[in-house]
Amino acid sequence: MSTLKPVNQKAWLLVIPVVLCVAFSAILPLMTIVNYSVQDIISPERRVFVGTEWFRTVLRDGELHDALLRQLGFSLAVLVVEIPLGILLALSMPAKGVKASAVLVVIALSLLIPWNVVGTIWQIFGRTDIGLLGAALAGMGFDYNYTGSAVDAWFTVLVMDVWHWTPLVALLCYAGLRAIPDAYYQAAQIDGASRLAVFRYIQLPKLRGVLMIAVLLRFMDSFMIYTEPFVLTGGGPGNATTFLSQFLTQKAVGQFDLGPAAAFSIIYFLIILLTCFILYNWMQRAGTAGSEDMPHA
Amino acid sequence: MARIDLDLSHSYRPEPQSDEDYALLPLKFTFNDGGAYALLGPSGCGKTTLLNCISGLQRPSHGTVSFDGRDVTAATPQARNIAQVFQFPVIYDTMTVGENLAFPLRNRGVAPAQVKERVGRVAEMLDLSAALDRRASGLAADAKQKISLGRGLVRQDVSAILFDEPLTVIDPHLKWQLRRKLKEIHHEFRLTLIYVTHDQTEALTFAEQVLVMSRGKAVQVGSADALFERPAHTFVGNFIGSPGMNFLSGQWRDGAIEIAGRRYFPELAPATAGALQAAGTFKVGVRPEYLRLAASTDPQAVPARVERAQDIGTYWLVTASMRDASGHAATVRGRLGNEGAALQAGETVWLSVFNRHTCYYVNEELVA
Repeated sequence: MSTLKPVNQKAWLLVIPVVLCVAFSAILPLMTIVNYSVQDIISPERRVFVGTEWFRTVLRDGELHDALLRQLGFSLAVLVVEIPLGILLALSMPAKGVKASAVLVVIALSLLIPWNVVGTIWQIFGRTDIGLLGAALAGMGFDYNYTGSAVDAWFTVLVMDVWHWTPLVALLCYAGLRAIPDAYYQAAQIDGASRLAVFRYIQLPKLRGVLMIAVLLRFMDSFMIYTEPFVLTGGGPGNATTFLSQFLTQKAVGQFDLGPAAAFSIIYFLIILLTCFILYNWMQRAGTAGSEDMPHA
Repeated sequence: MARIDLDLSHSYRPEPQSDEDYALLPLKFTFNDGGAYALLGPSGCGKTTLLNCISGLQRPSHGTVSFDGRDVTAATPQARNIAQVFQFPVIYDTMTVGENLAFPLRNRGVAPAQVKERVGRVAEMLDLSAALDRRASGLAADAKQKISLGRGLVRQDVSAILFDEPLTVIDPHLKWQLRRKLKEIHHEFRLTLIYVTHDQTEALTFAEQVLVMSRGKAVQVGSADALFERPAHTFVGNFIGSPGMNFLSGQWRDGAIEIAGRRYFPELAPATAGALQAAGTFKVGVRPEYLRLAASTDPQAVPARVERAQDIGTYWLVTASMRDASGHAATVRGRLGNEGAALQAGETVWLSVFNRHTCYYVNEELVA
C-alpha cells in the first residue's frame, strides 16, 4: 500500500449512478442470457446446470454454420458495394447552394423509412406482376423471381440494402469532404496533381475518420440485419436469405430452444465485438502507415 | 520565368455596380522578369485575390493576364507553370517529406534522377534533409510550412513563384532565416517572386518593388525607400512606418501655411507652393523619425502638449496632441533620442515639423 497519497474511497459514490444505469441497460439483460446459456431451464422451479453443453451444440450445428457464412458473405458484399458507391456519390454531390440542399434531402429520404416498410416496398417493387422492378426485368426477358430463385433473392436483398443504406455512407463522406480546406485543392492544382491524385492523396486520407465510422456502422448493422429480409423473403427460398439474427429468432421464439439460442447470442455478440475491434485497428494502422505506394511517374 | 502583365479588375459579384462591389479595382501593372515584388496591404485589401488572378486559381471577371505577351487569362495554374505557397501549410498526409517535395515534379513526369537531385537541393536549403524519410503528417506546423515552401521552390522552370503570407505560422527567428533564404534564392536563380504580406518589414526587406494596396486599389508602387520618404497617398504614409506618418491639417493664407492660427514659412518648391495655394486646405505629413524638438523661440516650431513619452528600447516614442487648422485635436508621434526622457506629460513641447522630408497632401494625394 502506498502511504504517499491518502486514499479517498468516497469517489466511488459518484460512480454509482452510472454503474446502475449501465447495469439496468446492458449488464443485467446480458446476464440473463448468460444465465440461460449455461442452464437447462425446464420450468421456473426446475433447472439443471449444463455447463458448456449449449455452446458445444451450437458450434456443431451445421445449419448455423451456413447461416454464419451467409451472414459474413452478405456483410462483405454490403461493404464492398456501399462504401465505394457512397464515396462516389459524395464526390459527385454539389458542394453548396440550393442544389446541395435539395440533393441532401433527396438522398436522405431512404434513411427515414421504417425498416419493415422498406421490406414491404421492395416486396412489391420486385413482384413480376405489379412491381416496377420485377415487371421491368421480366419485360426485358429475365427470368426474375425473388421468391423462387436463391440468386434472385440474394440480389434483391442486397440491392435493397444498398438502396436503404448507401445514403448514410454518402452523407458521412459528404460531411468529410466539406471539411477539407480549399487550400488543399488549390495546392494540388498548383502542384499539377491529376484528379485521381487529388482523390488518392487529399480526399481519401482526409476521409479516413468518417470512412472508419461508415465501415463500422455498416458492418454492425448489416451483420444484425433482420427486418428487411424477413419482410421481403422471409428467409427464403429455402434458407437462402436466412441471416444470423433470423436464424436466432427462429431458434428462440419459433422452437423455444432458449439454451442454445442464448449460447449463440453470446457468440454472436462476441463475433461483432471482435470483428469491429479488428476492423478498427486495421483501419487505424492503414491510415498512419504505408506510404510506399507513391506513384513513380 | 516570365514578364507578367496585368490589366484587370475583379468582382466576386456577378454584376458589379459601384466600386464597393469590386475586390480588385481596375489595375494595370507589369511584373518584370526576375524581379522580387511584394504586395503589401491590410487584410481584405485584395492582395490574395490579385495573387490568385496571377496564378490562375481565380479568373479575373474583367481584363487580361499575360505572360511574356501571351494571353493566359483562361489558362489553368498548371498551364501557366506557376508555383504558389499558401498562408497555412498544405501537406499530403500519407506521403513522406521527400515524397511531398517530389510531388510537383513527379506530376510533371520529371526523370527520377533529376527529381532526387532537386529534392535533395531544396531539402538542404530548408534544413529538411534529416527529415526526408519521415511522414509529413507528424511534423510541427513550421516544419510543415517549410515543406509547403519547398514544394514551391522545387521546380526550377516556373514562370514565377507566388507567396501568400507564407511565414505566418513560422517562429520569428526562423522567419528572418527563411526570408534571407528566399532572397538568396532570388539572387541565385533570378526567378520572378511575388510575395503577399501585411507585414511591412517583411515586404520592405524582401522586395525590390513594393505594391501597396488598399481596398482593392493599388495605391503606390515603389522601392522601400520611396514608400518611406515620399508616400504617394496618406494611406501609404500611415500604413508604412512604425508608427505611421503624422498628418496635420493646414491652410494656405497669404503666402504662408497656417496651422492652428500660427503661420509658417517653410522652403517650398514653386510648384508645390502653387498647388497648395490652389487647394487652400491640405495636409502636412511628417514621419515620426523626422520630427525634432525645437527651441520655444523658434518661430517655425509647432507647439504641442505631451501626452506621454515611452522608452521603446532603442528610441523614445513621444505622443503629443495639438489643435490643427480644422480645430480638431491631432495626435503627433515622434521618435526621439535620449532627449525624450526629460519630457513630462502635460508640458508643452515645440516640434520642428518642416524640413526637406516633409510631404504635402491635397485630397489625400501627394503634391509632387
